[in-house]
Amino acid sequence: MKIKIALAQISSKLGDVQANLDKHLEIIEEAQQKGADLVIFPELSLTGYALQDLAVNAALRPHQEDPVFNALLDASKEIDLMVGFVHEDHRHRFYIAAAYLSEDKILHIHNKIYLPTYGMFDEGRFFAEGDSVRAFNTRFGRVGMLICEDFWHASLPYLLWLDGADILLFSSASPGRGLTENPRLSSSLWVEHTNRAYAGLFTNFVAHANKVGYEDGLNFWGGSTIFDPNGELVIRAPDFESQLVVSEIDLNQLHRSRARLPLLRDERKNLVQRELERILGEK
Amino acid sequence: MIDLTINTNLAQKIITGFIKTELHRVGFKKALMGVSGGIDSALSLYLSVMALGPENVLAVRMPYKASPADTLEDAQTMIDDLGVQSMTVEITDMVDPLINHYEDMTKLRAGNIMARMRMIVLYDQSVPFKGLVMGTSNKTEMLLGYSTVYGDSAAALQPIGDLYKTQVRQLARAIGVPEKVIRKAPSADLWQGQTDEGELGFTYEDVDKLLYLLVDQRYRPEACVEEGFDKAFVERVMGMMRKNHFKRVMPPIAKLSQRTIGYDFLYLRDWGT
Repeated sequence: MKIKIALAQISSKLGDVQANLDKHLEIIEEAQQKGADLVIFPELSLTGYALQDLAVNAALRPHQEDPVFNALLDASKEIDLMVGFVHEDHRHRFYIAAAYLSEDKILHIHNKIYLPTYGMFDEGRFFAEGDSVRAFNTRFGRVGMLICEDFWHASLPYLLWLDGADILLFSSASPGRGLTENPRLSSSLWVEHTNRAYAGLFTNFVAHANKVGYEDGLNFWGGSTIFDPNGELVIRAPDFESQLVVSEIDLNQLHRSRARLPLLRDERKNLVQRELERILGEK
Repeated sequence: MIDLTINTNLAQKIITGFIKTELHRVGFKKALMGVSGGIDSALSLYLSVMALGPENVLAVRMPYKASPADTLEDAQTMIDDLGVQSMTVEITDMVDPLINHYEDMTKLRAGNIMARMRMIVLYDQSVPFKGLVMGTSNKTEMLLGYSTVYGDSAAALQPIGDLYKTQVRQLARAIGVPEKVIRKAPSADLWQGQTDEGELGFTYEDVDKLLYLLVDQRYRPEACVEEGFDKAFVERVMGMMRKNHFKRVMPPIAKLSQRTIGYDFLYLRDWGT
């Protein structure tokens, strides 16, 4: 089975959900015209990233009656979507979240688990932490979603892999940093190395959509990628440019890679459990 | 080894994108700045022209009677090369009445008066020109606090504020700032013969390496001494950074209410854009 994945490498208007929804709908239409089956948007694509006190005003309840989700669900009749938003749950906690929409249904919502609150980041001040990670079934097979700092912790992609995800969908709003002699920023190189490593170590597809543009003095570097189960680069969007890139992936590659390299077959989950229990039991 | 080398293409791309985006998103197309003939304002000028086009940039020369003529000529050479809009506003008649008003006037006070007068001229011109004032401060002088608060530090955007002076030189050279401007001894031109390095008592090359360890690489001061920096030099630089921090932050507000600007009323400047 071959599917076409579109990476929507965009900038968003800070705190203006309606303007960002309009942009999403335009891009979704463009992705459809390019024959895409799934379009992935960056972290907080419906709101912009550095929201601070705007977060609570930009929050959404992801269901059919919400006008923003209603419009996105309508669009999902034709093409699958992964979008980024501020999720307000029924107890009015606010999460950085990603929703997967397909055939007029919300298949899954992932609340960001690891909220960077150090250095230039202050997410823990404004958002609640998600507390579960689950793979879920789509019409293309089982997938897992993570948001930015989530995949700086190896445990979460690992758990999704064990939970059956053959395609990892990553979104981020990664501020560019680390200017050296290298023609690319340190942050950009680091994320790309990591994504390549996950693809190779898990013999999985790894698709990553990163934001572009500026928010105050922060630049967002883009450079969205897809890696295949051999850890080979399938496509890379340019750094810093707003762009929709579309590429076909061949899901049969999973069969071929895992026939050659049975890392998933040989993974010792029970050993991991035993050792984790021992480590957690240690005082 | 301490390596402050930067990829100049990447720096140029990020900074010009920053200038263009941050100006356009608040409804402006144009920028203006003071151009002294020194390297910092030259770099800021060249980057602004790359981002916005020469027709959208206004270079303002604001000499005082003691300003060296060759520096003014260097400014004019760059203005002519770039084809930007320009004007010359001599500040002598504006600042001398205040400077001469006090018998105990010092060089430092006079320098601050000049820097603040230039700020007034730029912010005034920003209205008829319909542009934003572009900053020309680099990371070294911001960290050392070697600037006049509400004077040369006043600006809408700081495009080169994350580049150390030695990196400013590198980027300036790469984007075609005249070699004469790059090589001349850095000076605030507040009085004849003044140079930054003479006044500071150390070179930018030395202090940049130290600041890079202290700030970027998070070295403790004692670890810098272990790396071979003179203890007195490290202490002096730490002291300057700490003492001048007030120049880098907004004035603190006495908190009274449930929600106070700066503490728990937090928005980016780009709110809603």
